[in-house]
Amino acid sequence: MKPFDYQRAHGLDDAGQLLVADGAKPIAGGTNLLDLMKLEVETPTALVDVNRLPLGGITAHGEGLYIGALVSNCACAADPRIRSDYPVLARAILAGATFQLRNKATTGGNLCQRTRCYYFYDLSQTCNKRAPGTGCAAIGGFNRIHAILGASDTCIATYPGDMAVALSALDATVEIHDVKGDKRLVPVRDFHRLPGDTPERDNVLEPGDVITGVVLPAPAGGTQLYRKVRDRASYAFALVSVAAVIHVEDGKIAKARLAFGGLAHKPWHDARVEALLEGEAPSDALFDQAAALLLDEARGQGSNDFKIPLTRRTLKAVLREATGGTL
Amino acid sequence: MPITINGAEYELDVDPRTSLLDFLRRDAGLTGTKKGCDHGQCGACTVLLNGQRINSCLTLAVMHDGDSVTTIEGLGTPDAPHPLQAAFVRHDGYQCGYCTPGQICSAKAMLDEIAAGWTSFVSDDVAGTPKLSEEEIRERMSGNLCRCGAYSNIVAAISEVAEAQA
Amino acid sequence: MTRLYTMDKPDDRNRLDAMAQGIIGRPLDRPDGSAKTAGVAPYAAEYVIPECAEGVLVLSTISRGEVVEIESGPVLAMPGVLAVIADPRMITRSAQGGAGKSPVREIQHVDYYGQPVALVVAETFEQARDAATRLRIAYRADDPAKVPLDSEDGHAPHESFGEPVQQGNLDAAMRDAVHAVDVTYTTEGHASAAMEPHASIAEWDGNTLTAHSSLQMLKYNQKELADALGLQPEQVRLIAPYVGGGFGSKLGISAELTAAAVAAIELGRPVRVVMSRQQVFQTVMRRSETRQRIRLAADAEGRLDGFGHEAWVSNLPGEKFAEPVTQASEFLYRGAHRTLRIDLARIHRMTAGSVRAPGEAVGMQCLEAAMDELAIASGIDPVELRLRNIPEQHPSEGLPYSSRRLAECLKIGAERFGWDGSDRRPLPRREGEWWIGTGMATACRVHNLNEAQAKVTLSTDGTAVVESDMTDIGTGTYAILGQIAGEMLGLPPEKVLVQLGDTRYPPGAGSGGSWGAASTGSAVMVACEAIREQLAQQLGVEEADLTLKDGEAITGNRRIPFTELLETDLTETGHFKNGGIDEQFAIAMYGAFFVEVGVNAYTGETRVRRMTGAFGLGRALNAKTATSQCLGGMVWGIGSALTEELVFDPRDGHLVNHDLAEYHVPVNADVPALDVVLVDERDPAGSPLQAKGVGELGICGAAGAIANAIHHACGVRVRSFPITPDKLLDQLPEV
Repeated sequence: MKPFDYQRAHGLDDAGQLLVADGAKPIAGGTNLLDLMKLEVETPTALVDVNRLPLGGITAHGEGLYIGALVSNCACAADPRIRSDYPVLARAILAGATFQLRNKATTGGNLCQRTRCYYFYDLSQTCNKRAPGTGCAAIGGFNRIHAILGASDTCIATYPGDMAVALSALDATVEIHDVKGDKRLVPVRDFHRLPGDTPERDNVLEPGDVITGVVLPAPAGGTQLYRKVRDRASYAFALVSVAAVIHVEDGKIAKARLAFGGLAHKPWHDARVEALLEGEAPSDALFDQAAALLLDEARGQGSNDFKIPLTRRTLKAVLREATGGTL
Repeated sequence: MPITINGAEYELDVDPRTSLLDFLRRDAGLTGTKKGCDHGQCGACTVLLNGQRINSCLTLAVMHDGDSVTTIEGLGTPDAPHPLQAAFVRHDGYQCGYCTPGQICSAKAMLDEIAAGWTSFVSDDVAGTPKLSEEEIRERMSGNLCRCGAYSNIVAAISEVAEAQA
Repeated sequence: MTRLYTMDKPDDRNRLDAMAQGIIGRPLDRPDGSAKTAGVAPYAAEYVIPECAEGVLVLSTISRGEVVEIESGPVLAMPGVLAVIADPRMITRSAQGGAGKSPVREIQHVDYYGQPVALVVAETFEQARDAATRLRIAYRADDPAKVPLDSEDGHAPHESFGEPVQQGNLDAAMRDAVHAVDVTYTTEGHASAAMEPHASIAEWDGNTLTAHSSLQMLKYNQKELADALGLQPEQVRLIAPYVGGGFGSKLGISAELTAAAVAAIELGRPVRVVMSRQQVFQTVMRRSETRQRIRLAADAEGRLDGFGHEAWVSNLPGEKFAEPVTQASEFLYRGAHRTLRIDLARIHRMTAGSVRAPGEAVGMQCLEAAMDELAIASGIDPVELRLRNIPEQHPSEGLPYSSRRLAECLKIGAERFGWDGSDRRPLPRREGEWWIGTGMATACRVHNLNEAQAKVTLSTDGTAVVESDMTDIGTGTYAILGQIAGEMLGLPPEKVLVQLGDTRYPPGAGSGGSWGAASTGSAVMVACEAIREQLAQQLGVEEADLTLKDGEAITGNRRIPFTELLETDLTETGHFKNGGIDEQFAIAMYGAFFVEVGVNAYTGETRVRRMTGAFGLGRALNAKTATSQCLGGMVWGIGSALTEELVFDPRDGHLVNHDLAEYHVPVNADVPALDVVLVDERDPAGSPLQAKGVGELGICGAAGAIANAIHHACGVRVRSFPITPDKLLDQLPEV
């Protein structure tokens, strides 16, 4: 870990001013940032501790809820309103990491979680995300956990988190305080980026930005599921995960909201799939069509080819369960 | 402000890079908290921070002035063990002993979490009241690796203490 | 005095059962338990030593070549940095188990990616870690195309390792067989991944090097370190009373110990070096990947006429270890026509060495999966098939077997589990989206003995002390040595103090090859027998007529407390040696695994739902710790079956998944309630204790039972371990 100036932000504007400096990074829970700093994958020169900013608490917000950026993952998943009105979010959070990590990890920090790509973590390997322009050793290497959708020639990393996948399905919004003191709202679906030519940028945050909270729209109702497929029964990143909010009315799918983890550089959302499902009677044929549409541009990288059939099968399992179907 | 560890106050006059884990082990001389991976991947460093379990390797000591930490040494001693420590001995819920302090701190917090009504990924109803089943204990203890493979005995030890508390 | 016992014939005396204290075998709590659970048991890195500097290793980022230059200057200018050391005394590989001499020490010559090439020492850990990360090293790398990184890539040199068994004509037997199986299985590399990373603190006083270190076998480690440093063994003292797991990875010394020692000598102050978790993965030891061709030729009743087990494994050039895959295959099953061999490919990946149950861990899991294929081909209950193939005598060497409870284990395990092997057709039942199936396998592991000494003192205050440099790596040594001494000397366990893990004590067997308990325990027993003789002499009776119980000597109607009887402390050293008993008998531990798994019909995820292991391992010296060892082995079986694999990038030979996030050891949720039954046994050829090895048997075959259960559950036979979801998906029934 490189030496850094440890600074404590006293208020949001102060945080913005401290964070606009070159090399400054905010630290909240630190569960990902310190992991990367120990390896010198992350080398901030100034670490701005935002933990004492007044960004805690879950409060009513119109018909929905406002989750403060510093609300821990555990606190969020334990909140009675989240558990009863947004169960897909509670389930997604509980699917990730462990109680120890979730007690520290925060809502804002978790949105900024960086990829688990083995090559990103290894300074001896090339990585365009860590060191732009050096190349991507994951392409042509071991890429079991890598992207099958939305990857580029410069990066095939995936976003590893679970919470944001549920937030995407719920169409939540990220509230950001910028260096000028203004607030802006960014839909979770637009918060993370695809790698393109600039994989070093995971999301749309600009220098001096501070995530202040996440806005959940009115409770979505319906059947809410979060399914995660992984290499061991717990404490493992998703190979594939599916967040689903499904309403069935009069024998037809009235509303379908789906997001996917483990497939891309961001929680994957495909409005075409939702449109295909909506208004139709649930059937295996329909689910197969949905999966085919979701994966029509999917491309394996070798060791992750299996994710294509795995996603297809997992989506089918989720859609069947949500619509009362069985195997 | 100092940090309070097992009821005693310590000044945080250290290199800002010092993890809470290294502060405990080196500066506070409390080596019961173990370093197994230093990256939040094993749980050996689990301590209670203001009553909640965390991986002490993934937080900086300087971030915790005013906080209260309980380590394994604060739970009990060989002569006056915490019921979980005694149950781990009776059920042989350890072998090499290296993951053990983390397991026990984790178990202590886990029982509190269940008492507080926190559900887990394996709870049937995420909005309901969690039941203390073996399946729940296994899921909730999955953040503590035990390479010796004492998991069955760990679950038995925790179950016994939980039942005695119930 | 030292009393030598040479095990050159079975010891039928069964002395322990004749004793009166009644503690041997009992499921007593470990005496070290309260210290471990309270966090006050000190491990290697945890000693408070004034002025101790901190060292961090630097690993190579090429697979083969030379270090041309270490750019120390910029790093030495960093705050707190004391030295950058690349010294010819520093080892670059871990010593193989029992080596007793230094492993390779060519610090400038790189043989694998992740090899130590330098040590950075600073005042604090934070300073040293940063400096080590920033140290620039210039290499002259060999052409990667000419460096064999993979035994599959065609140009890795191969050699036959050890003596192949070539008996009769297996090809002909296969042609003539009614039921024949000819299959090839693969297993991937495994890491020991002990929870305590390798750690050492070294101190040098100008003559003696003292090190707190995390090690399994101190008497060899002392010689290894002395050899590396150019010292006499007497100039090296090693201390390791608590070891946070080993599983083979701490059999020999590793790079952090010599690095700390050299730094301590050069800097004139104590130096601590703790490997990071990533470094443990990259530089310590791996279990070799294996490719195993198994041929089984059976008659109509499933009796084996031909048996073939041929394995391909790998190691670095120069290493004298090849994963002994076929070790149990030599004697476990019938078959007059036999071919067994091991081929070793020389490749440039980290040292391959012993990882828990070298040989049988991966050999048995593949053999037992192949046996399941034979059971299915022949339509015979897999349990019955195994019962029919228990040989009368060693099929190649003609030796008799010592006590062998395989048949009992198979039957008892089947009974406890509720095994029904009558219909092994796949896809028998589905619960929701889970296919449920069962499987079984034999467990087998050779029994090893090793020379050992232990000193026992019976004091005038009526307590006893046992001393040996033997280690307790979690196996229960503190408990069982105390129970042996207590049983022999008539003392309750709390009156016996066991002191381990210090080369100042007599050299024990070390913890390795499951031999520690039987060997060091025998040394304790021999010492106690000598003390008993002295007591008998004092009382004027025959030793055999002496009853010792609860701190009293009882003979005839006399009952005398030791505190009255003893005028001085009685001290004896027991010295145990294997005198060739294993050349007279085939001696091994046996068992049987029964498993129920669920395979998810959609995703191919496998979950073990329940598992029974029945084991015959001779006398269990402590039923609680022996059971725990078996439980632990079964957990390793789950990992080997489902999740564990070292992945190397074939382009440059680097280990891709070098941490505990991506190398998946089983977590608590992967492990159901495990059922272990210890089948009562005494093996007079196993040791004077009539005990055999315990620590490794529980893994040997376990993964095979899981693979067989997966096949039964969902109809997919995967011949490539670990059985991750991707390997099942394309053959699962469509959803």
